[in-house]
Amino acid sequence: MSFFTSAKRFLLCSIIAYLILKGLFLSGFLTEYIQQIILFSFIAILTSLGLNVIYGYTGQFSLGHAGFYGIGAYTAAYLGAVFKVESIFSFLPILFLGGAAAGIVGYAVGVPILRLRDDFLAIATLGFGILVRVLLDNSDRAIEILGGSRGFIGIPKIVNLEIAFFTMVFLILVTRNLIFSRYGLFWQCIKDDELAATAFGINTARMKLMAFTYGCFLAGVGGALYAYLYSFLHPSNFDFLRSIDFLIIVIVGGMGSITGTIYAGLLWVTVIEGLRIGLPAQALEFRWVLIPIFLIMVMMWKPFGLLARRESKFLGLGKGE
Amino acid sequence: MKALEVSGLKKSFGGVQAVDGLAFSVEEYETLGIIGPNGAGKTTLFNLITGLYRPDAGEVLFFGRRLDHVPAHRLAHLGITRTFQNLRLFNGLTVSQNLTAPILGMHGYGLSSAVFRRRRYFKQERSAEEKAHVLLEFFQLADKGSLGANNLSYGEQRKLELARALSTNPRLLLIDEPGAGMNPREIRDLLATLRQVKEHFRLTIVLIEHQMGLVMNLSDRVLVMDFGEKIAEGTPAEVRKDRKVIEAYLGDELKTC
Ligand SMILES: Nc1ncnc2c1ncn2[C@@H]1O[C@H](COP(=O)(O)OP(=O)(O)OP(=O)(O)O)[C@@H](O)[C@H]1O
Ligand SMILES: [Mg+2]
Repeated sequence: MSFFTSAKRFLLCSIIAYLILKGLFLSGFLTEYIQQIILFSFIAILTSLGLNVIYGYTGQFSLGHAGFYGIGAYTAAYLGAVFKVESIFSFLPILFLGGAAAGIVGYAVGVPILRLRDDFLAIATLGFGILVRVLLDNSDRAIEILGGSRGFIGIPKIVNLEIAFFTMVFLILVTRNLIFSRYGLFWQCIKDDELAATAFGINTARMKLMAFTYGCFLAGVGGALYAYLYSFLHPSNFDFLRSIDFLIIVIVGGMGSITGTIYAGLLWVTVIEGLRIGLPAQALEFRWVLIPIFLIMVMMWKPFGLLARRESKFLGLGKGE
Repeated sequence: MKALEVSGLKKSFGGVQAVDGLAFSVEEYETLGIIGPNGAGKTTLFNLITGLYRPDAGEVLFFGRRLDHVPAHRLAHLGITRTFQNLRLFNGLTVSQNLTAPILGMHGYGLSSAVFRRRRYFKQERSAEEKAHVLLEFFQLADKGSLGANNLSYGEQRKLELARALSTNPRLLLIDEPGAGMNPREIRDLLATLRQVKEHFRLTIVLIEHQMGLVMNLSDRVLVMDFGEKIAEGTPAEVRKDRKVIEAYLGDELKTC
């Protein structure tokens, strides 16, 4: 019970946000396209939060996060096709299994690579991300319905406002509870000084693996939501550039801040999609001039991100009682 | 009973024989001072005892138990902690969290207690905070508990380093140059603090220090190292008179204490 009672403020904010969104969605004021973008921003937040656990809190620099996101998406889509999942009720286990698949792969990959030092870890995770992309591109050779470079088609559109929003809220709470527990404390110790953490009784290998596995799990859930929101998957949605998107959200929001990731996720999706909608078609490529300028300005204004290692009181994502 | 027994300990780095066949022991509740010139191998000795380096030869016994194959992160659980010569605090954490992290490493709660915020989570968190508070009071840092550790002054960071090493109730405390970089006033303060630590916590202590005043005042026995070897050992008075020690190391520094 104290899972909920220790987060009254956050739950209250969430319910209000949900009611406002629900009203907007029902009003017919938002096009289908905009609604989809809003739901996608929740997916981006959830997936980036996973990367924040790995990188922002624990200090393990990963450039392959989109690979785990892709594993979640394809696993969920594949299982859904095999088990003919079409209702919300049967979708929930699929959602969890998408996350679990990414978590298990994260664990298996993490065992050898998390021993590596920062820069080598970056290369190893980058390699992993590329490997996933290549495997997805050729996936139809092994399993026809995965679609390879043609993409995975015909996934039922099950994800709606309720599923996307409350999955995000629930997992944000789980993450908050982990971060403000001894585990989150150990993760931050490891980030600050791994050797001192060892000397004070923290099994650093195990804790790094735990953070990595959990972060990948969140990415996998994000991927599974993505699959059943867009009903079409293509390997290019899960490549290196997508990993960079998540990294930008973590860094802009602030390393080691849940609130920061939430704000930055909303901001990032708004900017990217807003420019896509706002700019005339011939000037669309101009985005890639505006976006870097925007990023440079944000980083000059807040070099450590919006909320580095802090949580806003407003959202009530602190330790709580 | 011997708290620590080191024999035939060796470690080299490339061509440098940092520790070269060292042997000594420390009785329970005793304070052993270790002195020796820069590069004598003192810190390397601590790193060998605490499992950060693996010895090339020799063994370390802690209350009769071999430490060779104990992973480094188990040592705090067995009752060995240390301070670092160059401060290694958890700078992104608060002063208080620098203590609660090791405390919660000893007496924890499971994953489900954390995720579902079961009663055990609150109970253990509260008791860790209380314990940290008591320690901070002992070191006159109680009002700074919620500051970032890197916002403390240098002398206060040294104290926090010591408090952290005591937070897990160790039986053996290894202190590496607590007075490094301190001025004479801070050194006097440190001496008083270390005296209190000795009185208050019943501990076995090994203390590395260049400040003669500190070592000679606090130690029951002193061991002198040079080039990775033991060149003398005895009570502070005996070591002061040892001709080899005077030649190798102490020189006129002796006159000052
Ligand atoms: N990790 C390492 N790699 C290579 N050489 C090392 C390493 N650690 C220590 N050494 C070398 O071993 C020797 C002993 O170093 P150590 O740090 O143990 O000396 P120390 O007695 O603590 O000196 P100080 O009083 O300056 O702290 C030195 O020559 C040092 O350069
Ligand atoms: Mg040293």
